[in-house]
Amino acid sequence: MIVSSLFSYVLVAMLLFSIGLLGVIARKNIFVIYMSIELMFNAINLLFVALAQYRHSYDGQIFAVVIIATAAAEAAVFLALIVVLFRRKKSLDADVLRALSQKEAA
Amino acid sequence: MSVVLAWIVLLPLCSSVLLGAMYLFSITKRRIAQRYFTFVALCSPSVVFVLGLAALRELMLRADALHYHAYVWLRIGEYRVDMGFLGDKLSLFMVFFITLVGGLIHLYATSYMNKDEGYGKFFAYFHLFTASMLLLVLAEGPLMLFVGWEGVGLCSYLLISFYYHDNANVVAGNKAFIVNRVGDLGFLIGLAMLFFYGGTYEFSYKTLALHIGTIPPEILTSIAIALFIGAMGKSAQIPLYVWLPDAMAGPTPVSALIHAATMVTAGVYMVARFHFLYDLVPHVGIFIAYIGALSALFAALIATKQSDIKKILAYSTMSQLGYMFVSVGLGAYDSALFHVFTHAFFKALLFMGAGAVIVALHHEQNIFKMGEMRRVMPLTYVTMLIATLAISGIPPFAGFFSKDEILSVAFGSGHYELWLIGVVTAVLTSYYMFRLFFLVFEGTHASHSQARDVGWVMKAPLVALALGATFAGFLGLPELFGGNHLIGEWLRVWKREAFHLSHLVEGILIALNVGAALAGIAIAYQKFRFYDKRVAYQPEGIVYRKFYLDELYDVLFVRSIRRLSRFIAETTDKKLVDRVVMGLSRGFIEAGDRIAWVQNASVRLYAFIMIAGIGAASCYLLVVLR
Repeated sequence: MIVSSLFSYVLVAMLLFSIGLLGVIARKNIFVIYMSIELMFNAINLLFVALAQYRHSYDGQIFAVVIIATAAAEAAVFLALIVVLFRRKKSLDADVLRALSQKEAA
Repeated sequence: MSVVLAWIVLLPLCSSVLLGAMYLFSITKRRIAQRYFTFVALCSPSVVFVLGLAALRELMLRADALHYHAYVWLRIGEYRVDMGFLGDKLSLFMVFFITLVGGLIHLYATSYMNKDEGYGKFFAYFHLFTASMLLLVLAEGPLMLFVGWEGVGLCSYLLISFYYHDNANVVAGNKAFIVNRVGDLGFLIGLAMLFFYGGTYEFSYKTLALHIGTIPPEILTSIAIALFIGAMGKSAQIPLYVWLPDAMAGPTPVSALIHAATMVTAGVYMVARFHFLYDLVPHVGIFIAYIGALSALFAALIATKQSDIKKILAYSTMSQLGYMFVSVGLGAYDSALFHVFTHAFFKALLFMGAGAVIVALHHEQNIFKMGEMRRVMPLTYVTMLIATLAISGIPPFAGFFSKDEILSVAFGSGHYELWLIGVVTAVLTSYYMFRLFFLVFEGTHASHSQARDVGWVMKAPLVALALGATFAGFLGLPELFGGNHLIGEWLRVWKREAFHLSHLVEGILIALNVGAALAGIAIAYQKFRFYDKRVAYQPEGIVYRKFYLDELYDVLFVRSIRRLSRFIAETTDKKLVDRVVMGLSRGFIEAGDRIAWVQNASVRLYAFIMIAGIGAASCYLLVVLR
């Protein structure tokens, strides 16, 4: 049953990943971009877990746990960065942050 | 023992470097008194002269030439070029009079350049010149000769524009350098061809002479002509003579040493040194002889109308060099070198006497503003008289014997027109030389009241050279006068078709030559002994204008090249090259702008591109790994 439902897991993971990807590209709000990245993370996590179960191996499970831990740590850093950025720019619009542009940097 | 040869070249080079370093120290750090410069400047030439004598004595004691091999300069596979010195009769003969006359001129220069700003610099250049000239004559192969050849050209340039504050001197220096470059190009081409066709395993005169027969005759002709073009430039022959009169812009000792006694004879020496080559192409020799004869006549004609004392002497140098080329062209190398030898004495003497007059008159060079210098400087008067007699070819002074020998060679060779040109030139020579002499030393004095005689340091070399100008000719006394032709015998290292003339013909020729010289003197006496200098001398005519050849050269070469340069600078460069270059750079800038649009700092776009890239890479891997 589980074996035959691997396809549905992969499908869900792909959907999640695509939604995340679209969020990163299409949305302006840094918060939403961050959440989209997390969504992509978890899509990958789902894929890991599902495939681990499918292959009867615990490697993928361990990997998923490590990614969750990493994502937690990363969330702390990311949120702090967003707070600092907001203090500086008074905005959460990604298009306002143009430090990489040659024209803006000057 | 033959290591002496290397020291003859090295010593003046070292002293040149030393003097240069002292001069630099003197002008930047702390002043060095002039006497220290004088000490170095006089020590080195005297020691070199002694070394030259020692080498000469060594050569007399043994049968073969001295040969010193220092090290291998270049080694290309089997081929090698040695840094070697050859001291045979020809080169040590040259060394003898270069160091003797050069040493005397050094002594003279210490007085002439006294209290000059660039005293040390002057002697540094002078010694560098001496070293280059000695390298030129002592080289054992054409490549080293070329090093010396370029060295003397460089020093000539440096010394002509020695007083570089005056623009005219710098122009004269540039002219000398550029005209010499034209000649050197010919020389270089000749060397390259010689290298290509005659190179075996080394590049020295000895091996070249051995293998010269393997070169095809037409190539040999072009090599001979190309090398002679170099000699034309260095020895101021038609058509590359234009630099020599202008070279008189330098200090007078420079004119005496470089442009009269030594450097200009390098061309004659070179042809004599390559005699093994020129012996095989007698038609080129005839060509050389004609160029020489024409130069002699041409220069003598111009000299009759000049008013600058040094320019007259410059043209007379060119004229005498013409005689030498007549002689080398006809294969009589020993007669040419005999004339080189006597010429070095009397021409250096003439220049130094002229320099003394110029100093006495506070740098006045126009002979029509001089006069009655006989009263002011009697010793200079006597020595100048000797030199003038010597160059005019009056027996028993030095110039008579050598010039007579050249004229009898020309007569004996059967080229009577060369002989005729020589005799006409001899008349002109004595005419313009005595014109100069009478105007400067006799007659009424024009406008100088504060003229004062020069010191003994300037007079002593005059006396020494006057002795040389009187007696040097006896070294080559012809058989007719019971002499044994010492120089001719000494230098007879090359086979020569003897031009045998009966004693009667020879006697008639001598009488003719002396008659020609006396005729010239008589005309000069009549015209200039009591010349009225209150009438300003305003010569006109084609001769005074030097046949408009300077103007012709100006139009033909200088202006056309300038126009070409301007065309290249303004049209080709700006309109073609600049457009291509600027267009290219503008294209790059525009392309950069286009591509820079991607870098618009939109984070989301970056993310999209990144993911698209990763996607593409994944797809690729999927396809490949499948």
